[in-house]
Amino acid sequence: MTTETILFYIFGGLAVVSALGMVLNTRNTVASALSLVVTMVSLGAIYLLLEAYLVAAFQIMVYGGAIVVLFLFVVMLLNLSTDEFPPGRQRLIKSAFVIAGVAILVQILIALGRDPLLAAQPGAVPEGYGGYRQVGISLYTDYVLLVEMASLLLLAAIVGALILAKRKID
Amino acid sequence: MLPMNHVIALSAILFTIGVLGVATRRNLIVILMSIELMLNAVNLAFVGFNRIWSQVDGAAAIDGQIFVLMVIAVAASEVAVGLGILLAMFRNRDSVNVEEVNLLKW
Repeated sequence: MTTETILFYIFGGLAVVSALGMVLNTRNTVASALSLVVTMVSLGAIYLLLEAYLVAAFQIMVYGGAIVVLFLFVVMLLNLSTDEFPPGRQRLIKSAFVIAGVAILVQILIALGRDPLLAAQPGAVPEGYGGYRQVGISLYTDYVLLVEMASLLLLAAIVGALILAKRKID
Repeated sequence: MLPMNHVIALSAILFTIGVLGVATRRNLIVILMSIELMLNAVNLAFVGFNRIWSQVDGAAAIDGQIFVLMVIAVAASEVAVGLGILLAMFRNRDSVNVEEVNLLKW
């Protein structure tokens, strides 16, 4: 077992445990958001191990930084330190969801174990894989339309968020 | 070299945790966070598969990573709009419990 593999198992276990902590923690929303940070940063470390360096940097900057800070800001703005709601109805539907989800997961895992393509070891990466130069060239030549679409989407999101957050539309 | 089937398995596990969070929780903030978790799981699958097929005719192929960057942009705008909706809902209902917002429910 190489160092990379050991690091992958450490960060993968950390990501799963903190994701479970986020979903199962019904007492404290701030703690849920902080668990989400741990998941994001572990995933960033796994991207580094997969040699996707630029994506790892963006993962930590945008997810670990901006998005979670936005969540924490709203949680603290609304003063939602606890979220103990009265017990809901629909217990049956929820447990059915849990059983179905876990069953599908088990099926996926069994199928993954049988896939010969995934069991094969990928070779060494070519020169410049995952670096900013390669990604930048690809973004501004092959995928330039995608960049334009992303800019329009972000503009629409800014306008939508402003209108939704305004107290009164006049 | 990482075991690739374990990378994809980790992606599937994280996605399932996200689905269960959306299905079982009633706090709208935690539901939004679970959606983020699902998007992250898909990103991990993209990066993993890109690592498997990392070159085409000797040149680096990074299409999966481009898709991840697009998903990050979509997730950022989704969070901005989602938290705007959450603020409007809190202002009207004084709660973030999704079971209290059932006007459109059948």
